[in-house]
Amino acid sequence: MKPLLDSLIARFGITDPGLTLGVYATGMVVFCAIVLMGFVAPAAGIISFIERRIAARMQSRVGPNRVGPQGVIQWVADGLKCLLKEDLIPTEADHLLFRIAPYLVFIGMFGAFVVIPFGSSLVIADLDVGLFYLLGITSLVSVGLIMAGWASNNKWSLLGGMRAAAQIVSYEIPAGLSLLTVILFAGTMSVQGVIRSQGWAPHTWLMFQNPFLFASYFIFFTAALAEGNRTPFDIPEAESELVAGYNTEYSGMRFALFFLAEWANLYIIGAVSAAVFMGGWQLPPGVPDAVRPVAELLLFLGKSSIGVFLAIWVRWTFPRLRVDQMMEVCWKYLIPISFANVVGTAVWMVFLPKGQLPASAASFVMVALAAFLVVLFVRRVRMNLRESDMPIHLNPFV
Amino acid sequence: MAVSEYIDNIKGTCSTLFDGLAVTLSYMFHAPVTFQYPDRMPQPLQDTLPARYRGHLYVDLDQCISCLLCEKACPIECIKIEDVRIEKIMITDVDGRPTPKVKEPTLFNINMYKCMYCGLCTDPCPTGAIRFTKEFEGATTNIQQLHFRFVTQGRREMAVALGAEQERKAAEKKAAHAAAAPAAVPAPAAPAAAAPTAPPPSPLPPAADSGPAASPAAN
Repeated sequence: MKPLLDSLIARFGITDPGLTLGVYATGMVVFCAIVLMGFVAPAAGIISFIERRIAARMQSRVGPNRVGPQGVIQWVADGLKCLLKEDLIPTEADHLLFRIAPYLVFIGMFGAFVVIPFGSSLVIADLDVGLFYLLGITSLVSVGLIMAGWASNNKWSLLGGMRAAAQIVSYEIPAGLSLLTVILFAGTMSVQGVIRSQGWAPHTWLMFQNPFLFASYFIFFTAALAEGNRTPFDIPEAESELVAGYNTEYSGMRFALFFLAEWANLYIIGAVSAAVFMGGWQLPPGVPDAVRPVAELLLFLGKSSIGVFLAIWVRWTFPRLRVDQMMEVCWKYLIPISFANVVGTAVWMVFLPKGQLPASAASFVMVALAAFLVVLFVRRVRMNLRESDMPIHLNPFV
Repeated sequence: MAVSEYIDNIKGTCSTLFDGLAVTLSYMFHAPVTFQYPDRMPQPLQDTLPARYRGHLYVDLDQCISCLLCEKACPIECIKIEDVRIEKIMITDVDGRPTPKVKEPTLFNINMYKCMYCGLCTDPCPTGAIRFTKEFEGATTNIQQLHFRFVTQGRREMAVALGAEQERKAAEKKAAHAAAAPAAVPAPAAPAAAAPTAPPPSPLPPAADSGPAASPAAN
């Protein structure tokens, strides 16, 4: 990268040191954006395919399986189809805002990837205010959604946009408070800093440090689902009520951008919860240095896929909440509980200081409790499987 | 809202989420129930249909006695039959009973694209020659492909030849009859109405010809 920029500087005879620095910075930004885009777009597509297959299996269907072996390149076909479609703009729409809106949604989503740490050195920018930045930049999505809803000059779109605004504004609070619990415990807002404050073993993960952080994880996850307009909080695009909500009037490439943002957002949910609550890329000691970056990347992708799977699973399990129910969940339950979590964590840190025996013992107990919950859950699933008379088919491919 | 109710709500939420997630996860491990019609079926779908399924109509011409009951029963007139008189043969109907056959269709067309699958043609058929199949895949780019012509060219030629043979025999018989019987025998009035499908010369004079020609049909 640097030789290319050097040659550019030499070619245009730039001598001013400030300008040279600017060229380097811009070059790096463009480079990072291209690399990231090369990750985001396929990731969103692949997640869309995986989601459709998982959804299908949960509904005893097969799912897309015709494009390529087992349908694995279905997402490419879908994307290409969207690109080739006519880009319609309604005559009565506000043309400028209508065109800008998908890009704002996309920027809001794409900007979040800047602070997603794929490894100890694989991060675009380790901002000191990383988590704060994350909350801020993802709110840009809501601006885009309102803009799309307003500019479409369509009542369904407008209702969808308004609902998106109400929802995102409400759910920012529990999400922010849950991250505040983490910030309180880790003592830093930098995402890398939060990861470095954890270890590789589950009992060192922030999620299992105390009951409040454990609750924070679930509240953060719920709020993130709501911010990403995922079912059961998909009222801005509720098909049965609003046609398609804010994207009713969109077609072709712009429609694809909305969906790219939606599935990339799904990955962000998984990645942030993995980084903040599950120890991110922290590898056990003893991994040779040569494979460390790759191992870190794989570990992080693996951990984020937990959150992605959980979000897909939740989506295909629960029905959509009504608008008032959704607000009730947020304001009556999630927000008071998150406040309690913040206070509880602070009190916990005073009485059980980090690094001392009682706190470590408590984290072991938390891990044991979580493992117990998982065992209970597995038993429950096995019971369901035993009681049903349908044949069992564990192979993900049909 | 009382505190106990609030806590009950939270508990209820957690336990129902737990149950719901367990249900969907267990379904994920079940085999899908989808039939991947049409190209990835364990057996052709037609084989799995019930016995009385109403698919496309089929006519077994060897059993058809050309009685035209189906043509008359059809409420939308999508069946068209033409036939010739042949020498009487015995056929077996679907139930294995012997049935006499004196006419052979030279044309048996069914407009399957008009058919409404009511089954009124299959009910009166005395031999069970016209019946439903389990074939239902009627999609085509050319609608004429749904205009079923059951009598093939070869079969039609054969039937026409048989008909001509029978006509010749009838004429011979008639001639023999005419030669044997006196010319003064009066012709009955009924034959013309009794055999509308009889060869065209029958209603025509002389009266001496038409009487004997109609008598086998009257018997």
